Amino acid sequence: MSPDGDLVLSLVGGGEPALDSGYEDPPPRKGFFTDTSLCIGCKACEVACKEWNEVPADGGLDFLGLSMDNTGGLGADTWRHVAFIEQRKPLNGAEANLIHSDRDPNGDFRWLMSSDVCKHCTHAACLDVCPTGALFRTEFGTVVVQADVCNGCGYCVPACPYGVIDKREEDGRVFKCTLCYDRLGEGMDPACAKACPTNSIQYGELDELRERADARVAHLRATGVADARLYGRDPGDGVGGDGAFFLLLDEPEVYGLPPDPVVTTRDLPQMWRSAAVAGVALLGGIAAATFAGGR
Amino acid sequence: MSDAPETGYYGRPIVKEAPWAAAEIAGYLFLGGLAGASSVLAAGADLTGRPALARPLKRTAFGAITVSLVALVHDLGRPARFLNMLRVFKPTSPMSVGVWLLSAYAPAAGAAAASEATGILPAVGRAATAGAALLGPAVASYTGVLLSDTAVPAWHDGHREMPYVFVGSAATAAAGTGLVAAPLDENAPARRLAAIGAVAELAAAEVMKRRMGMVAEPYSRGRAGVLMHAGEALTLLGAGGALALGRRSRLGAVASGAALLAASAFTRFGIFEAGRQSARDPRYVVEPQRARRAGGEPSGFPPAGAG
Repeated sequence: MSPDGDLVLSLVGGGEPALDSGYEDPPPRKGFFTDTSLCIGCKACEVACKEWNEVPADGGLDFLGLSMDNTGGLGADTWRHVAFIEQRKPLNGAEANLIHSDRDPNGDFRWLMSSDVCKHCTHAACLDVCPTGALFRTEFGTVVVQADVCNGCGYCVPACPYGVIDKREEDGRVFKCTLCYDRLGEGMDPACAKACPTNSIQYGELDELRERADARVAHLRATGVADARLYGRDPGDGVGGDGAFFLLLDEPEVYGLPPDPVVTTRDLPQMWRSAAVAGVALLGGIAAATFAGGR
Repeated sequence: MSDAPETGYYGRPIVKEAPWAAAEIAGYLFLGGLAGASSVLAAGADLTGRPALARPLKRTAFGAITVSLVALVHDLGRPARFLNMLRVFKPTSPMSVGVWLLSAYAPAAGAAAASEATGILPAVGRAATAGAALLGPAVASYTGVLLSDTAVPAWHDGHREMPYVFVGSAATAAAGTGLVAAPLDENAPARRLAAIGAVAELAAAEVMKRRMGMVAEPYSRGRAGVLMHAGEALTLLGAGGALALGRRSRLGAVASGAALLAASAFTRFGIFEAGRQSARDPRYVVEPQRARRAGGEPSGFPPAGAG
């Protein structure tokens, strides 16, 4: 094993996060499959999440004036976020959820709606960089903040490649989706999945969700929805696959998602090498300045 | 609408900015570098019989690291819980590594300065000076990893060169302190270090920006651009002044040293601000990732068992 083999192992692991974190015989990994082709933008998930997790309001009545979305994105006080995209795109009536009107007989106008959430990454940067151990991997393979340990250093916030976790300023600590860790322990479904009226949010064992998603995307493509794609499903991607993955109907960035995120700690061995060499160079530079040449 | 000029979702940011106060964290990047490099230069001054250079450097190192610790704790959302960082050691967290590093370095820097000032326990003082000099480079360089180990485009994409930029900036800051505080007959190491540090910092920053491509834009735009350009100009001015005037004129040495100290601070605040600007604009997240994917460069991990 290479000198930083242990570090690499802790960063990369074998792709089974609960096992890699030291759980013996953990339950199957749990996750979300959010099928945005079924989302109707009702925001029941946002409400159910707030109710169950006692998440505070997002401040005052701020209207962004951009769309039906006035939350804008995930944050410390928004653990499920429904994005609304109004789109004019030549689709030739291919999609089931298009808005057909007399003025747009070809269905050129559509609304994309998508309920975003913490991805519960296989390789979670927030967890890697947390200096207190407040962020931890649960036996279900999810990533949760221990509120009684977090000291609000905020390092996880810029580390997340999806911009999910954030600091609640008036509280000082960071907050994000727990995938309803307290409900999972009781064998219950997470609140958002329970509340979703269209089954756009599906909760279950990740392996089973992946199979279901593969079938769904194949079905959509077969019916002519050429842009349908899975996002975060691939265990070979830059975060080792997401525990919460999505079926999207357009490029990820249209929904405010990074197109091809990589966990920052993948490059950490290289960073430490650079820092070590730079430190030695500083020592050498100062030695040269001190001992070389005259007084 | 899809034909709107914004990138992504109504032009809203994709990654989040670090919730850190610039005065505290960019200030720490400057002070931590100043302290680390000053400890090394102080040890060199001790070894070559330059007490009037060593003394102010040791005091600066201790003062700078003390202010740093206060700033770091104050920046926490829950300052009373700062000790929670000493309940684990995580090499995957540069902040955890840094906390343990500072826990060893700050007492050494303090003992070195205290022994020098009081004359008490000279053997302990020498050991502490040596210890601080060995830990100092790590204190100066790890902060480059601290910033780079994030999803902030202008920080992460510079991860190979950032530690070199930071040690260069630390060297010019320590050289500046030496030039300001030491008499002319003892400031030779500071003068030479000013030149070495300036060349290293400017070269490393140039390489970094070239490698980053479009993600380097924030370094020359807006507030970050102003700060970075001020840092570059003051670095050249200070290093040039140190070489031209630092040997003959006390006034020239002090002015050059002050310019170098200011240069280091401007550079750190500039890098901090460039990261913020890059996090705010989703283009810096989307475009490099799309380009990488289009170029077929692998983003992923080897399959399980392959490593």
